[in-house]
Amino acid sequence: MTVTVGWYMALAAVLFSIGGVGVLLRRNALVMFMSIELMLNSVNLTFVAASKALGLIEGQVAVLFVIVVAAAEVTVGLAIIVAVFRRRATANVDDLSSLRG
Amino acid sequence: MIDYVALVIALPLLGALVLLLFGKRISEPGSGWLASILVIGAFGFAVVLAWPFFTGTQEPETIYLFEWIPILGIDAALLWDPLAALMTLIVTGVGAVIHVYAIGYMHGDERFGRFFAYMNLFIASMLTLVLASNFGVMFIGWELVGLSSYLLISFWFVRPSAAAAGKKAFIVNRIGDWGFLVALMLIFAAFGTLDFGIVFTEADVVLSTAMATAITLLLFVGAVGKSAQIPLHVWLPDAMEGPTPVSALIHAATMVTAGVFMIARTATLFELAPTSAAVVATVGAITALWAATIAIGQRDIKRVLAYSTISQLGYMVMAMGIAAYTAGLFHLMTHAFFKGLLFLGAGSVIHAMAGQQDMWKMGGLRKLLPITFGTMVVGWLAISGLFPLSGFWSKDEILGAAWARGGWYYGLWAIGALTALLTAFYMTRLMWLTFAGEGRWDEGVKPHESPPIMTGALIALAIPSLLAGLLNTPVRLGLEHFLEPSFEGVEQTHPVGGASLWLLALVSVALVLVGLFYAIRRYGRTPLPDEAGGYWRAAENGYYVDDLYGRVFVLPGKAVAGWLASVFDNKVIDGLVDGSARLVRGTGEALRPLQSGWVRSYALGIGAGTLGLVLWILIRGVSL
Amino acid sequence: MAETVVFVIFAVVAIAGGGFMVTARNPVYSAMGLLTAMFSIAVLYVVLDAHFIAAVQIIIYAGAVMTLFLFVIMLIGVDRVEDRTEEIPLQRPLTAIVSIGLLAAILLAGRQAWITGTRILGDADLSGTIENVADELFGTWTLAFLATIFLLTIAALGTVALAQFGPAGLRSVASSAEDEPEEPA
Repeated sequence: MTVTVGWYMALAAVLFSIGGVGVLLRRNALVMFMSIELMLNSVNLTFVAASKALGLIEGQVAVLFVIVVAAAEVTVGLAIIVAVFRRRATANVDDLSSLRG
Repeated sequence: MIDYVALVIALPLLGALVLLLFGKRISEPGSGWLASILVIGAFGFAVVLAWPFFTGTQEPETIYLFEWIPILGIDAALLWDPLAALMTLIVTGVGAVIHVYAIGYMHGDERFGRFFAYMNLFIASMLTLVLASNFGVMFIGWELVGLSSYLLISFWFVRPSAAAAGKKAFIVNRIGDWGFLVALMLIFAAFGTLDFGIVFTEADVVLSTAMATAITLLLFVGAVGKSAQIPLHVWLPDAMEGPTPVSALIHAATMVTAGVFMIARTATLFELAPTSAAVVATVGAITALWAATIAIGQRDIKRVLAYSTISQLGYMVMAMGIAAYTAGLFHLMTHAFFKGLLFLGAGSVIHAMAGQQDMWKMGGLRKLLPITFGTMVVGWLAISGLFPLSGFWSKDEILGAAWARGGWYYGLWAIGALTALLTAFYMTRLMWLTFAGEGRWDEGVKPHESPPIMTGALIALAIPSLLAGLLNTPVRLGLEHFLEPSFEGVEQTHPVGGASLWLLALVSVALVLVGLFYAIRRYGRTPLPDEAGGYWRAAENGYYVDDLYGRVFVLPGKAVAGWLASVFDNKVIDGLVDGSARLVRGTGEALRPLQSGWVRSYALGIGAGTLGLVLWILIRGVSL
Repeated sequence: MAETVVFVIFAVVAIAGGGFMVTARNPVYSAMGLLTAMFSIAVLYVVLDAHFIAAVQIIIYAGAVMTLFLFVIMLIGVDRVEDRTEEIPLQRPLTAIVSIGLLAAILLAGRQAWITGTRILGDADLSGTIENVADELFGTWTLAFLATIFLLTIAALGTVALAQFGPAGLRSVASSAEDEPEEPA
């Protein structure tokens, strides 16, 4: 059977869920961040698949933008994690709960 | 000229305003004279305006000031007709005399200016009441005189009994006012307006007998409150807590007569409701007798006069009930003179006795207070109804009218006659205990005659008490002719004529003399009779009516108020307020765990929200 | 045919990589897993004719971003193993519900239509060459492109600021300047 666009979308959905589980269950800040990256990648896959299916190139342009923004985000985010680590010597997000009500 | 009749009200009202604002700054006799001159001025102006009525060259006129509440038919408008003129003259005339008297009586009081402000306010209010040309303005005057009465009764409010008396007067009056107000509502419902002109001309067409009876009975409830008839008479004896000029002006001569005036004004309506008229006459007669029997047992000189006022008001109300309007108004006028005189005289005695009001502690004052004694003799004989003083003429006209009606009205005549006897008796008792015999006062009391300003006022009232009877003798019905334009279309009851009249007069004079001489015999001997027994104590306490009201109305009322304050207010109202605060706080506490500080639970929230959104779109479908 | 095979193989690899990333105890292992997933996705891009994007994915994502991740992991020194106890109550069951629910919902929605909308379909033979992408990017989306320039600049500045002026920033620069011996000419 041929691979339709639906297969790619389904794959992307699965990867998205896996990334979501990672965000929710892992306590290491860096692993959480990486899970978010996985989610972004799954969305990129969706875009490209749609671009192929519709015959429009905008999908790939969107992917480009996502990658750029993700890169910028990673930069700043890691800088924050490093700064927090310098202060508190922990990368465990559960320890950073002083904003509780 | 007539257009400026509002000046009559404006002058004392201005006085009230000025004295309220600047009373403290105007020194003592000044504020009193200011108030008095304004009332004298009003009186003079009223004489000028009323003169055409005397000469018969004037028709009743409505003076229109400005439109006020068109939807109710209430305009700021005054009606100047003989009835209003008569009342105005009485109010301003007697009022002026009492104002001057009060300058002497209230000497040294620290709220001197305020007193005269209230007195002027009262005069203005009473004039508003009598000059009204529609029920709305009359009601305003009605309420304002109630207010003035309250202010003046509790003038020495530092005394708890005075404050309580003021409250009692206002509250009991309120019951009457309720009746009056409901009557006004019915009138408006029937006529669509409250204007006298329209109501009285269309009354016979618009009103069914049932409606007329309802309206007039409710109006009478108002009169019962204001004129202290049974069962709303209880406030008047307590009102004696006020200074004596107040008792003279408001609770003898003028305010209490407002009810009588009101019935006279609405005579057209009472004509359409014979049942109401019968009720009015009966209540008046019973009140007259009831109060007279209580007056016999009073020790306080002012309370004797208070119950006497209730009794005499009963006469006037009875006259209104038997449609003898002229007779009733005649008695209103003479009563203003002699009761005002008696009260001022009593004030003079109290002033002489340095505040003592118990007659058993007086005695033998006739030589020490000659002018007071002389004028009080005039008042005494006038109220007893002795020929030829004013009281004789007016009282006998009422009794004659009752006799003329016949049927069961003979019973009213009998009650009236018996009351006349009792009146003579208790008034003679008062005179003898106060002025005759030997002095029984306490150590240190030095009775002295009052200053000329007070004795002058006494003489000023003694003269009309002596002579006013001549205004409406059967030979020359002066007052009746004067009042004719006001009672057009109303059928008045006239006393019997000819021989019957003189026979009745003879009977009443005989009864008066019996009462008089019996009292002289009883109180002229020494030692004085002992009046501490059963009947005397019951009479002194007004047959315990006050206690009855206290137990039936006041105690439950206090219980309800107490319950409301302690239970309802604390538990329900505070509960609602505190409860809403508690609710907010509780909700906050309940929602607090959501802010756990853990990023991952926030992420879980986001995820759950997203899931919800996706499900929503799946199920409902969203057009993008 | 070939497409199917490639797709299946690399889909499996991607999922395996993702799963490994989420479950590995050592953060370095997680990074490896993510790297695997990214490579597989790049392959899938190639299958989908998006050559340029595939190249960008490798170079930037796998090359720069993951390298940065690894640097930071090593720098912070959290390459140790983390413990497994879950402190937040109900987190695991709720996570299961949310993630499985979301997946199920998406798949269900997709059964109706994976792509909706009324846009006019373009040329089906369009290939993701660099020329095509560049045409679109610099032609229609110039403004957005310029905005991303700003974004990157600001991100870089922000990172420098965090490093320099953070709680330990100035002190460590100053102390390291003190400790430095004279530079050899």
